[in-house]
This record gives sequence, C-alpha cells and structure tokens, in this order.
Amino acid sequence: MKLPIFLDNHSTSPMDPRVLDAMLPYFVEKFGNAASRNHAFGWAAEEAVENARKQIAKLIKADSKEIVFTSGATESDNLAIKGVLEMYKDKGNHIITSSTEHRAVIDTAKALEAKGKATVTYLSVDKYGMVNPEDVRNAITDKTVLISVMLANNEIGTINPVKEIGKIAKEKGVLFHCDATQGVGKIPVDVQEMGIDLLSFSAHKIYGPKGIGALYVRKKNPRVRIAAQMDGGGHERGMRSGTLPVPLIVGFGKACELCEQEMATESARLTAMRDRLQAGIMKEIDEAYLNGHPTQRLPHNLNISFAYVEGESLLMGMKDIALSSGSACTSATLEPSYVLRALGVGVELAHSSIRFGLGRFNTDEEIDYTIKKVIEIVTKLREMSPLYEMAKEGVDLKSVQWAAH
Amino acid sequence: MAYSDKVVDHFNNPRNMGSFKKDEDGVGTGMVGAPECGDVMKLQIKVQNDTIVDAKFKTFGCGSAIASSSLATEWLKGKTIEEAQKIKNTDIVQELNLPPVKIHCSVLAEDAIKAALADYQKKADSK
Repeated sequence: MKLPIFLDNHSTSPMDPRVLDAMLPYFVEKFGNAASRNHAFGWAAEEAVENARKQIAKLIKADSKEIVFTSGATESDNLAIKGVLEMYKDKGNHIITSSTEHRAVIDTAKALEAKGKATVTYLSVDKYGMVNPEDVRNAITDKTVLISVMLANNEIGTINPVKEIGKIAKEKGVLFHCDATQGVGKIPVDVQEMGIDLLSFSAHKIYGPKGIGALYVRKKNPRVRIAAQMDGGGHERGMRSGTLPVPLIVGFGKACELCEQEMATESARLTAMRDRLQAGIMKEIDEAYLNGHPTQRLPHNLNISFAYVEGESLLMGMKDIALSSGSACTSATLEPSYVLRALGVGVELAHSSIRFGLGRFNTDEEIDYTIKKVIEIVTKLREMSPLYEMAKEGVDLKSVQWAAH
Repeated sequence: MAYSDKVVDHFNNPRNMGSFKKDEDGVGTGMVGAPECGDVMKLQIKVQNDTIVDAKFKTFGCGSAIASSSLATEWLKGKTIEEAQKIKNTDIVQELNLPPVKIHCSVLAEDAIKAALADYQKKADSK
C-alpha cells in the first residue's frame, strides 16, 4: 500500500490511465482545430470531438447536439444561470435555488442579485440536506424564470428529489437547471426522466482531465435558449465561443464511456467499502454523527462529525490520508461549513466534521488503514480535549458560559 | 497550508498534556475560547513559593492552538508569577512561526495564561 492515500474524491479524482491513453494522440499527432473545415487535420479533430460528444450525451441520456463544452462545472453553472436570466429577462427575473448549493451557483445568484438583475429565493433544506419539492412549488411566482437545484451535495452526498422538482418545473413552465457535478458518472442520470433543462458537470470528478466540463442545454420540449457570456467565434451553437480543447474533450468522452459501462459494479463496490468504513469507525467511537442522508446519498460519500475534537486537527493527525474538513479554521472567517449549518448541525459539530470521498482506485487495504488511523487520532485528540473531559465529568457543555472571542 | 516544524512537533508530542485537580492547593486554572469558535484551551499552573513548578493543558482546536498551549506550558514551568505575566502572544507567534490566520491561537494562549494566573491569585487572596 502506498502512502499518502487519496480519500478526497469529491474535490477531484485521479485520471484513469485509459482516459490518458485515449487523449495522447490528440496532442502532437492529431492536433487540428475542430473548427477547421477545409483540411484533414480539422476533420480528424472534429470527428474526435463529435465522438466524445456522443459518449458524454449517452451518460445523461441526452442528444449529442445538446452538449455545450465549457471549462468546467463552475463555468457551466455561470453560463446556465446568467445565460437564462439574460435571455428570458422579459419574462421575469426570479430564481429559486437552495441554501446548500455549490458556491458556483450561490455566488452566481448573489452576484446577479447584487447587480439588481435578479431576485433569488434560497430554499432551506431538511436535516438531511434535502430540498422539499413542495417548497419549490410554493416559491414559484409569475416572475420565476429558473429553478437551480443540485443533484447531489458535494459535502454530505445527499441526493435531491430531482425528478419531482423537474415535474413541478414542467407543470409550471419554469426552466430547471441542475448542478450534477457530484452525481454524474456515480449515479444514473436521465435528463428526460428527471425533467432537467440544463445540467452542469465536469470531467475531473469522474477520472477525466481538469479544465473541461459541459452544460447540457435541452433542444426540444422546450427548446432552451441561453445568452452567451463570452463573445467570439460562435462555437458550440453560439453559446460558448473558444477553440475546443480536443484532447480534453476526448478524455472527457472516454471518462464518461467508462462510467457508463462500469457504474453498476463500481457503485456497488464503493457502497460496500464506504459502509465498511462507516461501520468500522462508528463501532469504536462514541458520539460520532453521520451528516447527510442515511440512504439517499452518493455511494462514495461519508461525512462524520466527531464530537469534542476539531476537524483541522483531525486532518493534521492523519496527514498520510488526504481528506477534507467542514471546519474553516484555515480561513480568516472561522465560519464552519455553510452546508452543515444549513442542515441545522450545531456550530461545534460542524467544526468537528470530516468528509471521506472514496473513488475508483481505493482499495480495501486503504480503508482498513483509514479506520485504524481515524480511531487512533480521535482517541488521542479526545484525551487532549477539555470538552471531552468536561462531558465525561457530566458537565452540560451547553450550560457553560464560554468566553467567546 | 503547511505547518511549521515546531507546530508539527508540539502537535505530535504535546508537552504537559493533562489536568490537575482544580481545587488542589496552589493550582490556578484558566479556560478560554468557545466550542462555537472552534477552539477551547484549558491551562493550569501549580505554584509553590511564587514559582510555577508545573503546568498542564488540554486544548480543543486546530494544530496551531494545540501547539500554542503546549508551548505555553513549557515556558511557564520554572517562571515566577511576575515573569509569567510577561509572556506575550507575539512571542508564541515568533517561536512557532504562525501565519496571520493563526495568530488568534497565540492570543488565546496568552489569554489562557492570564486567566490561570488570575485564578491562582484569586484563590491565594481568599485564603
């Protein structure tokens, strides 16, 4: 077993060697511009791009003409939200989104709000981080032009009832954008069945290269139009200008094809490993709390709060395992995860959370090692924690008058 | 963010981690911070003839907070009450090479020292 272990697959994922193999010919040998219509170099590039487009569309049950390439999911989110708001400004300016969205959605909405271009409703979520479709329905006004709700959350893995939201959107004639960055390739996505009009996702979360993503833009029932956010050569049906990065697109396509072929077995394998990790930790450590939905969550996600120990120190004690913490002690604000806060998780437990993100290349041996390390460090830090000592002495920590600073 | 070697050393090998009985003779206890802020420090001193003969800490917080309190106990041992009053958070920042976002950890450690000294004084005065 090689150290350090990578268990932060929600942040990014290692590229699959098969993806790299597919990409390699498109750097030096087949370097053409896909927009060059008059020579063989251009034709070869165009063919590769169109093939990738098909592979990508297939994974989400779309038509290849509905795929718009972008630099990543952040750009896709920006393009979808700003593009719809601008295009449909005569109809209205109201957006409905949720409080646990990725910053690429929340900050885009906030930016539009700040410029006076939109009014935004941020729906609260239940204690598992789930959006209630009826809340979406109730928030719709005659000015609503877009609903933007994520498929699965990047911190806690909770999967939203997207199909129900899509149905309401159709019923009310409002466009539905879904940031599916964490869900595509991990769980089945069907834009028809889910009633999604715009869908953001990227390659690097699914063992593809960084720097390439896509926005699915529905072509019929209804035909969705978005205003381009960048002027230029009018690539991607005028929605996103810029020369296509052919090697990245080829890699994205291959990554999608692999996910499509292997999703069933991979998700079963990851679920089993994740459940073993969860059980192994919970069996030995008291007052460890699962964040997110117990069943409706991504197969590779595990987010746990360990009472009485601080997240950053947990990570520091496990420096040979790459993990992420909901604690924000590293940032100047000292505000812990807004996602956990939105679930109603107490601030002190939000400071104590760790996110495990499993991936294609993790092994059982790595999981065993992680279980052992987590138990070791939590035990060590609790011995060091004045809060744990007080709790064991029977002091109610909530009754203590803390000198906040 | 990379930690300095000294922070890592204190984190991996905390000095004087533990507790004295609060009501023990000559013991002063300082508890500062709050769980909502992500750090709580408990610092205790044991005083004999105006000199700190022993010190202990327990800390809930990030690596820098743990290292700051660990270092504080190391420095307190052997100092007189008067000398201990002079320990400044900037000394801790310098010794541990703390980055700007971690300066609050050193401030907390200084507060903990002051609180422990005040608690000792209060107990001594009430005798």
